[in-house]
Amino acid sequence: MHRKITTSDLPGLDMELIDLTLIWIGIIGLGMFMYVLMDGFDLGVGILFPFAPDDQSRDLMMMSVAPVWDGNETWLILAGAGLLAAFPLVYAVFLPALYLGVFLLLAGLIFRGIAFEFRFKSNKNRRWWDRSFSIGSTVAAFAQGAVVGAYIQGFEVVDRQYAGGAFDWLSLFTVMTGLGVVTGYALLGATWTVMKTEGETQTWATRVSKRLLIAVFAFFIVVSLWTPLAKPHVMQTWLDGMQWLWIFPLLTTLVSLWVWRGLKRGHQATPFIGSMLLFGLFYVGLLISMWPYAVPPDFTFWDAASDPGSQLFLLLGMLFLIPIVLMYTAFNYWVFRGKVRLGAYDH
Amino acid sequence: MELDPLLLSRIQFAFVVSFHAIFPVFTIGLASWIALLEFLHYRTGSPVYEKLSKFWIRVFAVVFGMGVVSGIVMAFQFGTNWSAFSLSAANFLGPVLSYEVVTAFFLEATFLGVLLFGRDKVPRGAHLFAACMVALGTMISSFWILAANSWFHTPAGVELVDGTFHVTSWLQAIFNPSLPYRFAHMALASFITGGIVVAGVSAWYLVSGRNPETSKKALKITVIMLAIATPLQMVMGDLHGLNTFEHQPVKVAAMEGHWETKSGAPLVLFGIPDEAQETNHYEVAIPKLGSLILTHSLDGEVTGLDSVPAEDRPPVAIVFWSFRVMVGLGVLFIAVSLTAAVQLFRGRLFDSRRLLRLMSWMIPLPFIAVLAGWFVTEIGRQPWMVYGMLRISDAVTPSLSGWMALTTLIGYVAVYAVVFGAGLYYLRRVVIGGPDPIEEKAASPVGRPKRPLSAAHAPEDHDVRLAGA
Ligand code: HDD
Ligand code: HEM
Ligand code: HEM
Repeated sequence: MHRKITTSDLPGLDMELIDLTLIWIGIIGLGMFMYVLMDGFDLGVGILFPFAPDDQSRDLMMMSVAPVWDGNETWLILAGAGLLAAFPLVYAVFLPALYLGVFLLLAGLIFRGIAFEFRFKSNKNRRWWDRSFSIGSTVAAFAQGAVVGAYIQGFEVVDRQYAGGAFDWLSLFTVMTGLGVVTGYALLGATWTVMKTEGETQTWATRVSKRLLIAVFAFFIVVSLWTPLAKPHVMQTWLDGMQWLWIFPLLTTLVSLWVWRGLKRGHQATPFIGSMLLFGLFYVGLLISMWPYAVPPDFTFWDAASDPGSQLFLLLGMLFLIPIVLMYTAFNYWVFRGKVRLGAYDH
Repeated sequence: MELDPLLLSRIQFAFVVSFHAIFPVFTIGLASWIALLEFLHYRTGSPVYEKLSKFWIRVFAVVFGMGVVSGIVMAFQFGTNWSAFSLSAANFLGPVLSYEVVTAFFLEATFLGVLLFGRDKVPRGAHLFAACMVALGTMISSFWILAANSWFHTPAGVELVDGTFHVTSWLQAIFNPSLPYRFAHMALASFITGGIVVAGVSAWYLVSGRNPETSKKALKITVIMLAIATPLQMVMGDLHGLNTFEHQPVKVAAMEGHWETKSGAPLVLFGIPDEAQETNHYEVAIPKLGSLILTHSLDGEVTGLDSVPAEDRPPVAIVFWSFRVMVGLGVLFIAVSLTAAVQLFRGRLFDSRRLLRLMSWMIPLPFIAVLAGWFVTEIGRQPWMVYGMLRISDAVTPSLSGWMALTTLIGYVAVYAVVFGAGLYYLRRVVIGGPDPIEEKAASPVGRPKRPLSAAHAPEDHDVRLAGA
């Protein structure tokens, strides 16, 4: 109850009715989703790097994401800082619980991040930076998938602090969600490449996209079946919402078919848009399944929330700043719109 | 041997944040330098500024990249190693760090794309605008992070109830008593760092007879800037110290090597602090000067380390010595900058080979001064996480075991060794490559391959100029 804003928080205003925590679930949810979509495709480009037909394709692929990857990754930092601000319990349990996984994630992001700058600057060691880029991206994607799996799995918490072991997060299930995210990001990366390139590179990317689409669909089926079977709570949610929740698998199938058709007919942008839609569906499905738990199995978002005063202080700024951020992010994408060409950028 | 997760976490945090800090202090200064060059180019259209800007943007891209990847690590350190602290201080720390992301990081990261790759894709004004936004972003970023950090030293605007901090006044918490001094001192440190590197590189080109036109221009601007900033930094540092004396007298006692509280305290120039015997060996001191500096009176009372029990004191020797390193370097910077400025006005700077060579050797020194300054600040805060309120031993992640902390510590050291080694290697190449010669426009790229990226035997300079981000 004390999570609601009361008049004492904001003298002169009666805001009893606004549930700040709910708003914050929306904001953090949006932030994470932005991250998944945006860094998803540039990590995906990295995952596919070793399979590209030739060096020229690799140059193109890398250039297509070079001007935007840093901004994309900033959404991850926002998710981290936002969790600390709005749901400190999540921040303070997830990170210790995933301690070693977080290290892998960060090491992966470091190696792929520096590859952008160094690969273009080297000729002798180009191969090493290729590897740094692709292995780093793959490890980072896998670690993110494992985080999702660990979230579904739940955490051992005593006294609002993580109390489990160093490897509790690593299980057959999390390995599978990890691989699922690697495949999913690869699909985003491949369809992005379809959109941003031409000729040989595009032909290759189209071919790869089709295979990845099938693989992603397979992962979707496995995870959708495994999660409710392993988590009675999730099963209950789905059974209770039977009448309308089944729309999700239906939509997923339809969107997958749409992406497939786009690829077959040589559409430029629809496969990428469709792949992003697929991620949106997975994401909403996951949230519904886990609702209302922030730190399963015991703590809801409301248990995990920070002071209403802190949530409000940040919210006021966010409402104003996030639209501005979105605006100049859009400007950046607009500047670099269209197909990439070699030697087009120079600084 | 029992591995202590607390000690290892402290070492790990000190290592990753020190590593991270090297890059922002440089890029904050450099971003403003690039914005200035872009502005001058925009106004005058002179190719000299354009070449200079393109060159320093190449340097910037490498350094910024390393700053970003090491910064992402920082964003998660509070949670992985200091989860008890995170939970306790989240009400303040969370919003402040989030504001940093939405006001600064997005701005930098997004406009960086336009700055690095957009020169031919956007109008000139928009490119200048991007340069300004990146520079602004770095300043805003340091404001927020220093607000967070200053609050650890001089917490205000909060109350501690059952181990959790609740914010009672955002204004007081953010603009806490040490923020203005720390921010001003850090901003000056960044300009000094950027200035000394730009001046050093330009001086080196002049000594080796390369790029005379661009280098003279760059050297002239930076020498004037440094001649103003370095003395100002001493004044600012003094004010910062007085502020610390007011709020954290024990830290100042460690910096100054004062063991006993007394009036008419000396200024200790040299000595070897001995914590067991609570005294300095081989002390060289100027009587009463300590009191004069800190209290502006010859017999003012100066708090000594004996004012608190031994378990509440920071490690003395490292604080004491780091302080002397920083101040010593500060004095050296003033001397060199003023000499260079005098030579400049006498019209002899560009022929003072010894001075120019000295300036090029000085490139690593501002980084050492900055780290030394931070060691004073942060180690002088021990044993407190939040000064006087939360002990460092109550801040560490409870589930963290010694071997986990050791594993990641070794991991970060290994990863950063690769990053740093490669970074220095490519920076060296960029610097050796130098700015494009001014005449280049006429002598068009006859031999330059159409697809330079895949030309394996191309000369070194081509891939430097194609530099992606
Ligand atoms: C180029 C870098 C540089 C230079 C030349 C100086 N400093 Fe500094 N100093 C820093 C860079 C720095 C810093 C890294 O930026 C610190 C660490 C935290 C902070 O706020 O600034 C710092 C901290 C710091 C503190 C610690 C305050 C605290 O947090 O308790 C004091 C008392 C001084 N400085 C005083 C000086 C004096 C008297 C200088 C005389 C020349 C000086 N500094 C030069
Ligand atoms: C810019 C360069 C910085 C350097 C070189 C630096 C250096 C250090 C060092 C040496 C320690 C270890 C102290 C000890 O355990 O004895 C430390 C600890 C710490 N610093 Fe900094 N610091 C920097 C900036 C910051 C900033 C900006 C923040 C916060 C926003 C910060 C927060 C902390 C924290 C939380 C610890 C760990 C707890 C502790 O040991 O007190 N530091 N830092
Ligand atoms: C003296 C201390 C610090 C200063 C002045 C500083 C400033 C900066 C600046 C200017 C950047 C932009 C990139 C660059 O130039 O390298 C940056 C990056 C970053 N910093 Fe720090 N920082 C400091 C310490 C910290 C600490 C303690 C944290 C963690 C809480 C942190 C988190 C980050 C993150 C996440 C980034 C990456 C942002 C991006 O993607 O652009 N920094 N920092």
